[in-house]
Amino acid sequence: MNFLFNNIYYIGSFGLIFIGLFILMTKHNLIKMIIGLNIMDTGINLLFITIGYVRKATAPIFSKPDLNPQNMVDPVVQALILTAIVIGLAVLAMALSLSIRIYQFYGTLDIRKIKEQKW
Amino acid sequence: MRKIIAIILLFILSFAVLSSISKIPFGISKTKVGKYYINNGIEQTGAVNIVTSVVLNYRGMDTLGEVTVLFIGAIGLMAILSTITRKTEKKLTPSSSILSTGCKFLFPFILLFGSYIFLNGHLSPGGGFQGGAIIASAFLLKYLGCYEKRINEKKFKVAESLGGLVFILIGISGLIAGGYFLFNFLPKGTAGTLLSGGIIPIIYIAIGFKVGAEISGIIDNLMEES
Repeated sequence: MNFLFNNIYYIGSFGLIFIGLFILMTKHNLIKMIIGLNIMDTGINLLFITIGYVRKATAPIFSKPDLNPQNMVDPVVQALILTAIVIGLAVLAMALSLSIRIYQFYGTLDIRKIKEQKW
Repeated sequence: MRKIIAIILLFILSFAVLSSISKIPFGISKTKVGKYYINNGIEQTGAVNIVTSVVLNYRGMDTLGEVTVLFIGAIGLMAILSTITRKTEKKLTPSSSILSTGCKFLFPFILLFGSYIFLNGHLSPGGGFQGGAIIASAFLLKYLGCYEKRINEKKFKVAESLGGLVFILIGISGLIAGGYFLFNFLPKGTAGTLLSGGIIPIIYIAIGFKVGAEISGIIDNLMEES
């Protein structure tokens, strides 16, 4: 129980990553695979934010002058995740547009039925 | 069968991950560079929001790369979707007067909120990317609510290019004034006021315009296919 209490955020973020991996391994529909990739992306973002978290600390913004700088969460991971979210959006948009083209060309989104994809 | 194999594989993987993850302490500050940014961020950059000062000042080059990735994503999406032959104009039923009046009423307020978010990026949570996304959501509302209006693609291209150009020009003028790319050459001002942080608010305004135009372009391209 204590183990669960100490690591609940790690378990949650890796749970999201594994859900995404499971979708990627078992589904055949391209849209579902893209959704799985996006869930993995969310899990990785949550993992990074969790690593930077400090108990009972404030956000790294000096909105009031009396805030204690020793009691703030890590700003570096938050800046990294700000980058990662935007790149995840760009990748998602590209993948969706490619799947639109694949559907118009082959008439299906099932990767088992696209013969030219097999190697 | 495939699902059972996948679940077994994930269980093995999760044991491997858990044995290493449980050694990482949770809820304790771990890095020294984060402490350095928090202790010296205000006097070195003039921005109250430390995340903003990391994104735009200490790691401004990374943000330029990130903006480039988003730009390439939008361009690639446009290139992929532009080869499709357009279908004949669909017959659209005009939206009811309550819906169209509502979205016309809400549209300027959402734009105002988005510009507030990216103007206050160095003072409060927010910034160019978030403000740009909110502005794009205003255009999404316009697409969903009053369907007959399309955005003017040329003006959006101009806004997007100007945003990227301002970012790079400020970086190069920092190179001329101070010796390295994205040098904070403007006066830093008193921390906590709107006119502080040197080049940070200007870059965030540029990024706000750029991201808003790009995400609106992505929405526009994807809506045309549906």
